[in-house]
Amino acid sequence: MSEPAAPLLSARNVSFSASGQTLVDGVDLDVFAGETLGVIGPNGAGKSTLLRLLAGLLPPGIGEVRFEDAPLSRLSRRQIARCMALVAQQAETDERLTARDAVELGRTPWLGRLGSWRAEDTAAVDRALKAVEMGALADRPWASLSGGERQRVHIARAHAQQPQLMLLDEPTNHLDIHHQLAIVALIKALPITAVVALHDLSHALRCDRVLALLEGRVVALGTPLEVLTPALLRTLFGVEARLVDDPEGDTPLIAFNRRG
Amino acid sequence: MRATHLGAGSARWVWLMPLCLIAALLIGASVGETRIPLATVLEVLASKLGVIDHPLSTLDEAIVWHYRLARAVVAACCGAGLAVSGVILQALLRNSLADPYLLGISAGASTGAVTVTVAGLGAGMISMSMGAFAGALAAFSFVALLAHLAGGGQGVRGAGILILAGIAGAQLFNALTAFIIAHSANAEQARGIMFWLLGNLSAVRWPDAWLAMPVAGASLAVALSQVRSLDAFAFGAESAASLGVNLRATKGLLIGTAALATAVMVAITGAIGFVGLVVPHACRLLVGVRHRRLVPATTLCGAVFMVLCDVVSRVVIPGQVLPIGVITALVGAPAFAYLMVRGRR
Repeated sequence: MSEPAAPLLSARNVSFSASGQTLVDGVDLDVFAGETLGVIGPNGAGKSTLLRLLAGLLPPGIGEVRFEDAPLSRLSRRQIARCMALVAQQAETDERLTARDAVELGRTPWLGRLGSWRAEDTAAVDRALKAVEMGALADRPWASLSGGERQRVHIARAHAQQPQLMLLDEPTNHLDIHHQLAIVALIKALPITAVVALHDLSHALRCDRVLALLEGRVVALGTPLEVLTPALLRTLFGVEARLVDDPEGDTPLIAFNRRG
Repeated sequence: MRATHLGAGSARWVWLMPLCLIAALLIGASVGETRIPLATVLEVLASKLGVIDHPLSTLDEAIVWHYRLARAVVAACCGAGLAVSGVILQALLRNSLADPYLLGISAGASTGAVTVTVAGLGAGMISMSMGAFAGALAAFSFVALLAHLAGGGQGVRGAGILILAGIAGAQLFNALTAFIIAHSANAEQARGIMFWLLGNLSAVRWPDAWLAMPVAGASLAVALSQVRSLDAFAFGAESAASLGVNLRATKGLLIGTAALATAVMVAITGAIGFVGLVVPHACRLLVGVRHRRLVPATTLCGAVFMVLCDVVSRVVIPGQVLPIGVITALVGAPAFAYLMVRGRR
């Protein structure tokens, strides 16, 4: 893909440590407008931490994250929330919210303190619900929604935030295969830049670019076919794997063998 | 079409609730050991407000104005302040059982107020309130730290740990209060303090109301200014931050407000339990969970609830005034049990 000159989001030498352990180590990364960037790596590789650093929710110990060349440390939370939305893993609530209530939270950074709600806010919420095909279920209480529906509502909430960049932390976790594919297709279809932490490598194949993390360091960054090589998958996950062409489709398949 | 969006549908209770509060205040002024007809209450009010100008029985006037109405107004402020504190704590801590009393904040406020009194720093309402505020913040910090160290997070287990930490905090601060009284208070002070600790409105007069009203009003104003942030905590603090809420500033402001409201109300009336728990939950059933409606509804319901509890405490046993905390606990403890059972799902 042809990359525009100026990145939307850039991380320079970003590192983060907690309780003496380095979780993210010297990450350099440019995210360009319009792309879907997958982040892969084994459990504990620092995927979630990296997303939080990019979202400005954690301050990097070293290094700097910039959004459209403005350092996040100089932006207010509200300004950041207008640029970037995070869909975290397993965000749950006991409140008796409806799906629409949850999506309306996405308007928070755009409302005044006393929060006068405008027609454009309703419109943004309606668009977001429609984008994730939850319009018909908008008035359903949260507790009655399935895992896939909740995840779609979270994505709709992020959509209603009207961000330029959406960060998603393993959005397909705990979903059945049907909903996994639906969520990945949805993220790809949204006209938005996305950074997605992914567990499932076959989903990574559908991204524009893939970032491979190991012990907090970037070990590869490029197109899925450049990154998902047998050598890299061996390094990352300790498995033997290779890409094989799908006789009936465009996206290759990954065949695994546990290293024995 | 959803007509109820944060405005249109709420019009009904918006007008109903203040009327309920006025009615409750009038009942509070009328009902008691000697029953005073509502007409007399209204006459006293009219004369005090300078509307009418003919002589009244000084006894009626004293009872209605100096005793009962002051008491009802303080009860209303106290109920409003404690209920708002409950809403704030429940939203920020994402714990449906959070309440200033159950989290030990009231106990800390009592310790602070007693310390100031006994240390002779002044038994005035302002200095007691300041002591209570310091005690409330200390208790909250203790409970929050303990819950954090015990690994309390979200979910049912985290909720349980927070309440356990609250019990530990309440016990500790109550023990400190008892120790300070035993160690430093003279017999007369001790008697007065013990009476006040139970939660009592008997000694309340207008000067107390002049303190309670601005504090209740200010807590309501702060909570109203933060309704969007309170909503944003529905999916947790991180989610609130990613929605643009400045966590440190918002939590500091809101917890400070809850602690101040609790502290001042405790300084005036002693620790009264369960108001911050029962009222917000009842209001959620009435107006839903969005804070734009929940905060004003809770404030008004809290005020009405407390005034009515005070009336009940004065008439339920003829010739005897029960501490109001007994009535609120008789209503609140079953509500607490219900919430616990429901939270199991």
